[in-house]
Amino acid sequence: MARHGNAPGSKARAITLVGPATFWLIAFFLLPLVFVLIASFMSRGTGGAPIAPVTLDQYERTFTVFGPVLWHSVKVAFYTTVLSLLLGYPLAFFISRRRDPRVRLFLLFLVLLPFWTNFLVRTYALITLLQRDGLLNGLLQALGLIAEPIQMLLTSGAVLVGLVYGYLPFMILPIYASVERLDMRFVEAAHDLGANDWRAFWRVIFPLTLPGVVAGCILVFIPAIGAFVTPDLMGGTRGLMIGNLIQSQFGGRGNIPLGSAISMVLLVVVFIGVLVYTRWGQQEEA
Amino acid sequence: MTSPPLGDASGRSRAGTGTGLQLDKARLGRDRAVRRAGRVGLWLSPFVVYLFLWIPIVILIVFSFNDGASVSVWNGFTTVWYENIINNTLTAGTESARFQTGLLLAAVRNSLLVAGIAPVLSTIMGTMLALALARGRFFGRKTLDALFYLPVVIPDITQGVALAVFFNLVFEAVQRIIGVRLVPGFATIIIAHIAFNISYVAIIVRARLATMDPTLEEAGRDLGANYQQTFWRITFPILMPGVLAGGLLAFTLSLDDFVITFFNAGVGTTTLPLFVYGMLKQRVPPEINAISTAMIAASIVLVGLSLIMQRRGQRADAG
Repeated sequence: MARHGNAPGSKARAITLVGPATFWLIAFFLLPLVFVLIASFMSRGTGGAPIAPVTLDQYERTFTVFGPVLWHSVKVAFYTTVLSLLLGYPLAFFISRRRDPRVRLFLLFLVLLPFWTNFLVRTYALITLLQRDGLLNGLLQALGLIAEPIQMLLTSGAVLVGLVYGYLPFMILPIYASVERLDMRFVEAAHDLGANDWRAFWRVIFPLTLPGVVAGCILVFIPAIGAFVTPDLMGGTRGLMIGNLIQSQFGGRGNIPLGSAISMVLLVVVFIGVLVYTRWGQQEEA
Repeated sequence: MTSPPLGDASGRSRAGTGTGLQLDKARLGRDRAVRRAGRVGLWLSPFVVYLFLWIPIVILIVFSFNDGASVSVWNGFTTVWYENIINNTLTAGTESARFQTGLLLAAVRNSLLVAGIAPVLSTIMGTMLALALARGRFFGRKTLDALFYLPVVIPDITQGVALAVFFNLVFEAVQRIIGVRLVPGFATIIIAHIAFNISYVAIIVRARLATMDPTLEEAGRDLGANYQQTFWRITFPILMPGVLAGGLLAFTLSLDDFVITFFNAGVGTTTLPLFVYGMLKQRVPPEINAISTAMIAASIVLVGLSLIMQRRGQRADAG
C-alpha cells in the first residue's frame, strides 16, 4: 500500500478500499442479473438466444405452463421450512440450555460437521439410505412392516427429506443464538405469576425467540425454493422444482428468455422472504 | 397483554373451597403432564435429529469398507475401493468402467486450483470492503451495504445462470471484435467464485471489526503512529482471526460449490463436485463411498482447523 493519505478517514482511502470489491460485485454479480432481467422481456431466437421484440410472453408462459411447478416448489419449500422448524427448535433449545460451554460447543459441532460435508456427498449418503435395496427398506422388511421394498426415491417426499437434511443447520443456528440470549428470569417470572410450562413457552419463550425463528425459517426457505441438486438427484420427474426448470432452459435446447423470466420470478419470491427477514427476523445486537 | 394468572387467582377464591380445589388439582395434574411430556420431548427430539443428521453419513463411511458393491448388506471388511482409487484399477462390470483415477485426480487438482486462487483474492477484497464499510463515511455506503448482502441471499442457481449468460455475451462481443472465440474455463469459474465469496468474507470480518475496541487504534495514533503503522501494527493483528475465518469459509465454499461452477465450467475444468455429480447421474460405482469418505475426512480437518483458529482468536482477546 502506498504511503499517501495520512489524513484520518480520508475519502480517497475509502474509495481505494471499496473499489475492487465494488467493481467485482457490479461487473460479475449485478450486471449479469440486469442482463437476465432484460432477457426475460425478450423473445426466443435461434439456439434459445434472446432477440427482439420485447414481450411479456415469457412471464405468461412461466405462470401458465409452469404455474403448477412454481406452486409445487413453494409448497415443498414451505413444508421443508415447517419440518425444519419442528425438528430444529427443540434441538436448538436443548443445546443452548446445557450448562457446560464445552458440551454446548460439542453439540453444535455435531450439527455443523454434517453441514460442512459436501452437499453432493450428503445427498448421496441419503440416497443410499433411501434407495430400493437401501438400509431403510431392509430394516422395514426385517421388522415385517412392509412386504416389498417401497419406492422412496424419485418422489416429492424424498425431495422434502433431502431438503430438510440439507438445510436443517440453517434453522438450528439462529434459533440457538436467540435462545442462548434469552433471559431465563422472564420465564421464572411467568411461572411465579402462575403460568404453566405450556403458557410460559407460548407467551414468553416463543415470542422472545421469534427473531431467531423468523431468521431460521427464511434461511431455510430461500435455498429450499431455489434448490436444484436435491430435486435433480432425488426427485426425478415427479419432484421437479423451479431450479430444474431454470437449468433446463439454459441447457442445450433451452430458451434463455424463458429461463430468465423464471429466474426473475424466483428472485421476487426470495426478495419477499428477505423483506420478511429484515422486518421481523433481525436479532438485536447484543 | 392480559393477566390471566391474576384473573385465575381471583376466580379461584370466589369459587370457594369445594369445586375450586378439585379444579386446581386437575389443573396441577395437567400442568405436570405437560411438563413431563415437555421434558421427555426435549430429551428425545434432539436424539432423533442427531440420528437423522448422522446415520446417512455413518452408513456411507462404514460401507466404504464393505466387501461388495451393496450399501445395505455387510459382506466383510475391505479396503479394496480405496486401493482401486489409488491404483487406477477399474471395478469389474460395465457400469463402473467410466470411473478413472486419472479423471478423479484431475478433478481434485482443478478443485484445489480454484480453491487456491479464488478465496485468496476474495479474502483481500472482502476484508478491504469490510474495513471501508465499518470505518469510512462516503457517498453510497448504504447502497453498497445492501449490495454486498445480495450474493448471500440470492439463490445460487440464479447467480450461476446469470453469470453464464453474461460470459456468453462477453465472449460474443470479443469474437466480433478480435475474431477469437473464448470458452468458459478456469477463469470463468474463479471469477464466479470470487463474486460469491467476497460477501461472506466481508460479513465475517465486519463482525470481528464490530467487537474491536476502537481505543486501541486511537492510542496508537496518539502515540504518533501514522495510518499505515496503526493499521499494520494494531488493526490487522486484531482483525487476523476474522480474516482467517473468512478466508477459510471462502475456501470451503469454493471447494464445495456445485451449482455456480456447473453453469460456468468448461471442457476439462471439471471440479470435484462436478465429478461426483457426473458419477451420481450415471450408474454409481462402488468407489464413490470411498471418495465421499475421503471428502468427509477432509472437511473434518477443515472444521478442526477453523475451530483452532477461532480459539486462538478468543484467547488473544482474553489475554
